[in-house]
Amino acid sequence: MPWDRNQMAARAAQELEDGMYVNLGIGIPTLVSNYIPEGITVTLQSENGMLGMGPFPYEGEEDPDLINAGKQTITELPHTAYFDSATSFGMIRGGKIAMAILGAMEVAENGDLANWMIPGKLVKGMGGAMDLVAGVGRVIVVMDHTNKHGDSKVLKACTLPLTGTGVVNQIITNLGVLDVVEGGLKIVELADGVTEDDMRAATEATIL
Amino acid sequence: MRKVYGSASEALDGLLSDDMLIAAGGFGLCGIPELLIAAIRDSGVQNLTVASNNAGVDDFGLGVLLQSRQVKKMLSSYVGENAEFMRQYLSGELELEFNPQGTLAERMRAGGAGIPGFYTQTGVGTQIAEGKEHKEFDGKTYILERGIFADLAIVKAWKADETGNAIFRKSARNFNPPAAMCGKVCVMEVEEIVPAGSLDPDLIHLPGIYVHRLIQGEHEKRIEQRTVRQRESA
Repeated sequence: MPWDRNQMAARAAQELEDGMYVNLGIGIPTLVSNYIPEGITVTLQSENGMLGMGPFPYEGEEDPDLINAGKQTITELPHTAYFDSATSFGMIRGGKIAMAILGAMEVAENGDLANWMIPGKLVKGMGGAMDLVAGVGRVIVVMDHTNKHGDSKVLKACTLPLTGTGVVNQIITNLGVLDVVEGGLKIVELADGVTEDDMRAATEATIL
Repeated sequence: MRKVYGSASEALDGLLSDDMLIAAGGFGLCGIPELLIAAIRDSGVQNLTVASNNAGVDDFGLGVLLQSRQVKKMLSSYVGENAEFMRQYLSGELELEFNPQGTLAERMRAGGAGIPGFYTQTGVGTQIAEGKEHKEFDGKTYILERGIFADLAIVKAWKADETGNAIFRKSARNFNPPAAMCGKVCVMEVEEIVPAGSLDPDLIHLPGIYVHRLIQGEHEKRIEQRTVRQRESA
């Protein structure tokens, strides 16, 4: 059985290390915070100006002045700090954030990432994604391996406008885990019941 | 020298003109200058260029200036929550310059700090880099981005003293300080104006030098995505 959204998030959480400052993107990456391994402390950054992001509030305790980058109401923790957007991206661009876990529309075998627009169809914008992939230490993409038509999202070259070039270090999909290495992708792990042949068949990119 | 005004329209009196560039604070609907936006709508000023991370939603925040067709161009990083924005953009009625979020924030900060341009790695190799100067530093490629010098900044803070020394609350700070800094004139709306001396000078987030006019008012503070968790049963 390929992994579901929660299993993908749980697998991504295994990449976290104690003491890390981490930025989680919108969608499946947000779920990673539910699976932080015991004994490990990570501090979540929200690029709208917060370190130390807490869980969603209890009903009735929502605060319009306290949201995450996905505009969801959240809470603060004892070690939370707030700052403005210029400072926030200063720490991102300045390499202070150890890891970003992001969603994607397409990833290429050379680490190129596309996740911000579909020309003529979807105009949302890159938000902070371009800054994150340019600045953080390690970029992990978590996404479904194929789109709803069954086409591979793990490609030889991206077809959509890029978010960054050569920026992705690891890809976690419903089929398993791939590392971006010299010359292509390397299988690190397969989801339960997924064979190497299944992985290769669903992947357009070069698997070494 | 009086900075405190009685209403948003009074505070904007004499500052608005067609074709001007306005920098606005806020992220999503959090920390937006909602009273000043409403007063700009009522003023009828036209052909605005607005630098703001988002464009509000259809009927709140900067979305109201899109509804009223007063905006010619937006400089933004993310406009996904606004259907009217998407419609006007795809039909060619509205110009849009996408800026990576950190680049937009730094462009405002730089403008306010007297820096006309800076180099950043953000966007290298993407559409954003097209037509921009590329330069190598220590083996890495960077692109030149320009500081933003806005004709007017509109921002929202939590509390300010009557000289404009301001404190923001939680994540409502966001783009407000850099937006305030990059305006030739900055008008700020707050939830409470307090007498000078009642805020701790060590805890001021934005010094009053950046704030030229100030109003106090009631804020709706709409929540865009209300998300909650269940209480564990006792």
